[in-house]
Amino acid sequence: MLQYTMRRILQLIPVLLGMTFIVFMMIRLIPGNPAQVILGQQATKEAVEALTRELGLNHPWYVQFFDYIKGIFQGDLGSSLRTRTPVTEEIWPYLAATLELSVVAMIIAIFVGVNAGIISAWFQNSWFDYLAMILALLGVSIPIFWLGLMEQWTFAINLHWLPTTGRENIRDPIEAITNLYLIDTLLQGRFDQFVEVIKHLILPGLALATIPMAIIARMTRSSMLEVMRSDFIRTARAKGMKMFWVVYKHSLKNAVIPVLTVIGLQMGLLLGGAILTETIFGWPGIGRYIYDAIGFRDYPVIQSGILIVAFIFVMINLIVDLVYAAVDPRIKYN
Amino acid sequence: MGSALAGCSSKSSNGNSSKGGESAQDTLIFGRGGDSVGLDPAAVTDGESFKVTKNIFETLVEFGRQDTEIHEGLATKWDVSPDGLTYTFDLREGVKFQDGTDFNADAVVYNFNRWMNGDADKFPYYASMFGGYKGDEGHVIADVKALDKYKVQFTLKRPQAPFLKNLAMSPFAIASPAAIDKYGDKFTENPVGTGPFKFVSWSRNDKVVIEKNKDYWKKGYPKLNKVIFKSIPENSARLNALKNGEIDLADGINPSDADGIKADSNLQLFERPSMNVGYLGFTVTRKPFDNVKVRQALNMAIDRQAIIDAFFGGKGVPAKNPMPPVIGGYDDDIQPYEFNLDKAKQLLAEAGYPDGFEMELWAMPVPRPYMPDGKKIAEAIQSNFAKIGVKAKIVSYEWATYLEKASKGEADAYLLGWTGDNGDADNFLYALLDKDSIGSNNYSYYSNDKLHDILIKAQSEVDEGKRNELYKQAQEIIHEDAPWAPLAHSTPLLAGSAKLKGFYPHPTGSDWLDEASFE
Repeated sequence: MLQYTMRRILQLIPVLLGMTFIVFMMIRLIPGNPAQVILGQQATKEAVEALTRELGLNHPWYVQFFDYIKGIFQGDLGSSLRTRTPVTEEIWPYLAATLELSVVAMIIAIFVGVNAGIISAWFQNSWFDYLAMILALLGVSIPIFWLGLMEQWTFAINLHWLPTTGRENIRDPIEAITNLYLIDTLLQGRFDQFVEVIKHLILPGLALATIPMAIIARMTRSSMLEVMRSDFIRTARAKGMKMFWVVYKHSLKNAVIPVLTVIGLQMGLLLGGAILTETIFGWPGIGRYIYDAIGFRDYPVIQSGILIVAFIFVMINLIVDLVYAAVDPRIKYN
Repeated sequence: MGSALAGCSSKSSNGNSSKGGESAQDTLIFGRGGDSVGLDPAAVTDGESFKVTKNIFETLVEFGRQDTEIHEGLATKWDVSPDGLTYTFDLREGVKFQDGTDFNADAVVYNFNRWMNGDADKFPYYASMFGGYKGDEGHVIADVKALDKYKVQFTLKRPQAPFLKNLAMSPFAIASPAAIDKYGDKFTENPVGTGPFKFVSWSRNDKVVIEKNKDYWKKGYPKLNKVIFKSIPENSARLNALKNGEIDLADGINPSDADGIKADSNLQLFERPSMNVGYLGFTVTRKPFDNVKVRQALNMAIDRQAIIDAFFGGKGVPAKNPMPPVIGGYDDDIQPYEFNLDKAKQLLAEAGYPDGFEMELWAMPVPRPYMPDGKKIAEAIQSNFAKIGVKAKIVSYEWATYLEKASKGEADAYLLGWTGDNGDADNFLYALLDKDSIGSNNYSYYSNDKLHDILIKAQSEVDEGKRNELYKQAQEIIHEDAPWAPLAHSTPLLAGSAKLKGFYPHPTGSDWLDEASFE
């Protein structure tokens, strides 16, 4: 197991390096000079040339790439071309905002998705099953953009239950410590702000959770159905075991492997896919950080931002693989 | 940082403060589409940055509340020598920077020396407005010196007609020399000026907080205690936040939302005085757009009023010149190209294209105040052109790509626009259509020597009447040559809480908030 873990971690290095190279080349293939974009339409030719030199964009691409890789190994992810601030200094608040949102979305998705899947499987072909699966089908097909605006329109504009944008009550700003506001407000004993943070998390959390929730529900349902048809479950039921225990102890444990895979994948996708949700809900997260950077051709921010997201993605996959072994002793790593 | 804020905010979680039992809101939340790039106004070029710095810093002379007339600012009086080469300013006494240091003639000299000793990378706007940096041939300012504590004198190498208007622009606001020395490169994150609000904090991509400058020289101002600029990129989401009371003011309102806002008793609609032009540019170096008759024919084939009604929500006027009517020197005598398909066809035939031709029509991918929906407008023009046999294929690219390719002259015809910087005709006509501007903002590659001579002459003509006459001549030439089809001068919209008063949207796009307050 330890050997397997080490091997998997070592395998990550070429993967990340290769990805860095691909992203590096790809963003340089997009037309548009960062200096021109940063200075805007109004800028003079001289100003654009001066900024291009200053940013080192006049060097050949391989020199820029080599400098970048050298920097990474020294813990330097480069500086934003636009704000001139090191990415490592800038990125944490955005990452924290996205992490907080993604974790909440994932909790909603797993809790609702797994339980809806179980209940659907147990009451197969009931009205609940049909309703849940129709909702799940809608869930994967609804554009987040539209859903987000509908949520705002319903719960914020008309019912006034929840806020539409941001992470906090703007009139009562939160003092950042860790930048994870749920934790920060508790550390400061500001329960009123804590409640505000939760209120702000609900709508974007739901929007972001919709797709994984639907996928998890469908996966759980089919996986559970398969397990429940197996002999040992029939035996358990024949022995007169309570339904609740059959489901949550025996069946779920055996149905969980494919569900875990889906959850792992969805968590990775969530990080990358948060852009739309973050845009609609004015959420200052990493998705918007990278998206804005693309608009400004802010190369270091784009490549380092994607690198970090990719790193988290592969780490989650690694953890999921390791968790398999923990829940299912049949899986062996040699 | 921020602990003091958090401490007192627990008592007033909605930004209200109680005064003698009745509560009045004293925090304004301004929702906008993007974040500032930097808060040192001399070092940035984007409108979102100036929106904030306009309230932290002040300039020697200032624009009017809602126009670009020149008024006193940090200078109370100025004399211009008859040859237009010497400007002497009397400065306001008793003004302090927000860090407690004195504002005086030395501070003015310090700021100008800082800019002119810089370069295009550090202070990109300076060269565009003053012809270069120290040592450059085109640099207008020969010298800036303090005559006494509150008197400062500028000596110019040649007269520059828009000089005062340039001085009133946000990038040339006077910053605290002590703070510049103290913060160095980080001044852009720690701005200190003499304005009504002082900087508190900035979380990138999220919000900028400024609060009342208690020592502000204008007694009784600002009325608000705090202003928070909050970025909400999506237009509909921003309007939703306004409707839900999370923000008090929102810019970038879609024209199509105007009626809904007017009907809502909790909201009010603000119209920003128009200082822009949206146009369809022809790249005159490409065939068949090198033929003036073709360009004139296309001008006649566009139904401008229909486009404004459909896509500007009626909030705009049809354009006949490359600059809006509010700009001094606007030629109202120009007869616009009438919408006349028969005449257009006839002109095309004269040009040798009786059956029309095929072309690419470039549509802007992003909404701008001067072009609310590039794609739809392109489609309208496409169907207009089809009626005279011109088959236009609509093409679009991502914004930065669009600008780069268009600037290289790769488009047959492209939609674009311009919002004025300083309210001067030179900032439209010379910046956009002079042959000197090919390679920067003259994307049409239009070059006319006669026009060039007139525009250069106008740059140093200090007599306002004579200068306006020159610009009228320039507009006639441009009208005849038709390098563009000017489309519209739009009225950008903002919406705010019905309780907000004393807010006056400025044509430059950055607004003073010192008079704003809530009922």
